[in-house]
Amino acid sequence: MRSEKIDELYFSDVNEPIQLDRREFLKKLGGGIIVVFCLGKLSLLDGLAQSSNEDSLNFNAYLRVKEDGRVDCYTGKIEMGQGITTSLAQALADELQVSIYDVDMIMGDTDLCPYDAGTWGSLTTRFADPVIRAAAAEARETLLKLGAKKLKIEEKDLEIKEGVIYVKKDHSISITFAEITKGKKIVKTLTKQPETKKANEFKIIGKPIISTDALAKVTGKAQYSGDIKLPGMVYAKIVRPAVVGSKKVNVDASGLAAFDGVELIEDGNLVAVVHSDLEIAKKAARKVKVTWSEPEAVVNDKTIFDYIEEHVTNYSVFKESGNLENGKKASQTILKGKYLDGYKAHAPMETHSATCYFKEDKLTIWASTQTPFGVQKQLSRELNMDLEKIHVKQIFLGGGFGGKIYSEQAIEASIISKSCGKPVQLVWSRKEEFMLDRFRTAAVMNISTGVDSLGKLKLWEFDIYCAGTRGVTLFYGCENHRTRVFNDKGVKGNSHSTSQKKKRVHPVGTGAWRAPGNNTTTFARESHIDVVANEIGMDPLEFRLKNLNHENMKATLKLAAETFGWQRKKKEGHGYGIALGEDAGTCVAIIAEVSVNKETGEVVPVKMVCAQDMGQVVNPHGATVQTEGGLTMGLGYALYEEVEFNGGKVKTRNFNNYEITKFSKTPEITCVFRDKMDSKPQGGGEPAIICVGGAIANAVFDASGARVNQIPVTPKRVLEGLKM
Amino acid sequence: MKQSFSFKLNGKPVTVKAEGSTSLLTVIREYLDETGTKFGCGLGDCGSCTVVIDNEAIRSCMLAVEDVIDNNILTIEGLEENGKLHPLQKAFIDKDALQCGFCTPGMIMNAYGLLLKNPNPTRVEVINEMEENLCRCGSYNRIIEAIQLAGKEMNKNQ
Repeated sequence: MRSEKIDELYFSDVNEPIQLDRREFLKKLGGGIIVVFCLGKLSLLDGLAQSSNEDSLNFNAYLRVKEDGRVDCYTGKIEMGQGITTSLAQALADELQVSIYDVDMIMGDTDLCPYDAGTWGSLTTRFADPVIRAAAAEARETLLKLGAKKLKIEEKDLEIKEGVIYVKKDHSISITFAEITKGKKIVKTLTKQPETKKANEFKIIGKPIISTDALAKVTGKAQYSGDIKLPGMVYAKIVRPAVVGSKKVNVDASGLAAFDGVELIEDGNLVAVVHSDLEIAKKAARKVKVTWSEPEAVVNDKTIFDYIEEHVTNYSVFKESGNLENGKKASQTILKGKYLDGYKAHAPMETHSATCYFKEDKLTIWASTQTPFGVQKQLSRELNMDLEKIHVKQIFLGGGFGGKIYSEQAIEASIISKSCGKPVQLVWSRKEEFMLDRFRTAAVMNISTGVDSLGKLKLWEFDIYCAGTRGVTLFYGCENHRTRVFNDKGVKGNSHSTSQKKKRVHPVGTGAWRAPGNNTTTFARESHIDVVANEIGMDPLEFRLKNLNHENMKATLKLAAETFGWQRKKKEGHGYGIALGEDAGTCVAIIAEVSVNKETGEVVPVKMVCAQDMGQVVNPHGATVQTEGGLTMGLGYALYEEVEFNGGKVKTRNFNNYEITKFSKTPEITCVFRDKMDSKPQGGGEPAIICVGGAIANAVFDASGARVNQIPVTPKRVLEGLKM
Repeated sequence: MKQSFSFKLNGKPVTVKAEGSTSLLTVIREYLDETGTKFGCGLGDCGSCTVVIDNEAIRSCMLAVEDVIDNNILTIEGLEENGKLHPLQKAFIDKDALQCGFCTPGMIMNAYGLLLKNPNPTRVEVINEMEENLCRCGSYNRIIEAIQLAGKEMNKNQ
């Protein structure tokens, strides 16, 4: 799937999987029992963009019960720290009735795994989980049938425990999965959903299980894309322009004469050197002088918001009901607000990396990517190769957060490898990582709200510039509302973009950032809700409970308020703030406590409670770790993270001028989940983070009286807010 | 000009040919192929490359190989003893003090240096010593708990 297509889906709510074709992998496998489950063959799932292979999300999986009784599970998803290596194995193990420690996850390998559109959008647990469970249920039934035949006992008199089939009444008679599968190769292709377990039958789903891949990570044995060493490998260093979007004019490589064995690679705008010694490659790259034609800078980090409002003029109405004029008439108080969010970097600890080699006409690549099949397709296009000739391998990923949906480094490494005829490793520097990031977009939100004398919302006008529609369906009751989306496809005038065809309002790359757009719009909505509550003198919790028309959200908020102790007496200089949001099917309520130093404007997060309704919680431990992580990461965008730029020149180059959350800034965090084991699982990787900005901004106001309408809530903005 | 440099890596004497100014991180990862130590920022700002040199946690990306001659360098690969996990490694697993795992080797090595100086650190002492090690996934609270747990285990074993 093209990254633009992913962006389109990713910035909106994906509530149904989209299906598709499947491929033949079976030849590559050895013996055992293999179950292929392909949702693409089922008609029960209709959804958006049903069409070509290119545009489809499908959720195919297969598993193999091997002749030694261990189980391989193949999925095109990848692990980047979100814990699905554990939770998917957990779902499989429960359904198949084996130990989770007998399950090996084979993920994101394009030669071995079924096609997958990529790991993003908190889709894995929602959509891959049921598929894997179905395949496991089918494998279990097949094994049971075979076991019954071998034991000459009826299936109903048998039971399974940890990969062994026992006679119910006499456990001395048994047969293991390994004994059944030995010497067999049975392939089952499922076309309809087999019966899976009910919640009250779960033995492993719903149990807290510690990450099964932690051992590899604490011993240094986990291999990331830049850890692969190949015989005869060279290191590539790319000569970059200072400004994103520059075009190459001239290359003076005379400086390379001083180095032995350095090779210069040129391909379009790509200028690189390679050498078998990383140090030499780095030094040599600095000696290559490239003249670039730079796009003119027309906007910077200060002017971007006015620029967006001025230039992004096309809009579509996302949701509308009632009549805005009636809403105004019915309102006693009408309040307008403007909310701003600047660009945010993904800043994963592992920079974009790739290691690759060609053997004859086949390319093998380890690439830090969230979309192995997307990279395969991209490489096939860029290098004009057949898909089957490109093998993207399974790898550990050092964080992604949406930033590794885009894998330019894989293309660069492959082009360089093809050109020099050697295995190549390319690891972006931190400076490259910042400069070439596809940042969370800068965005502007204008809100106009009216309430009547009873504190009921009567008017909700929401204009969103550049942040999309994900999670913006209003869960507060308001009959007269309109949400409009101004997106950067409708850029007015001759923008500064270097491409004549594609006008862009953003001077830097932009893309999906953990729950795309939803952090931004949730911050705006929840800030404004507090502004209104404050104006009419109503407690923000009471105001929300009064206006919510979403039962699950209401229950989630109540759970958060009880857990936090909303009525607790506040310490001097402390404040509490609430934010609610919906993402990937999950309801989130965060309550934050901060302290604000009114002299310096410094904000210290003290405590955070996050309540979620994420349906069935497969691994409560994993879900807690994800939530804690989301909140901790979210404090970065809420309080510190800001990208400095002038046009395409990104001045933010390293962690010394891009502050992310640190140890000392991490508050006490409590995570609670509504008990919904009978429901379908919903998203877990992204939702929690969306409420951090709003909860912090509201807590800062509560503590100090400073209303900050732009995230991050920096000391400077707090001090300015105090003066107003 | 490349010269020979000798030091001990995880207890074993090694000699590498390198320019004196080459960073220890590059020497460990690319010349000696021990890739557990990670490159994160190249400026000493993130701590992913932390190793322990003669009992002190140090950023290997900021140190030239010519400055570690004859030193004892310990990396994540050298923490296990006789196939047994170090209490820090075990505690990081037990507390699930990691997500993507990329910062983990640096976190553990920095914590190793901390526990050598202060076997029973308070929460605040852990934070002060670990502050400049970054984790984008946000596992800080669990890392603090893991370090305190490991400290307790190590004291018990003595």
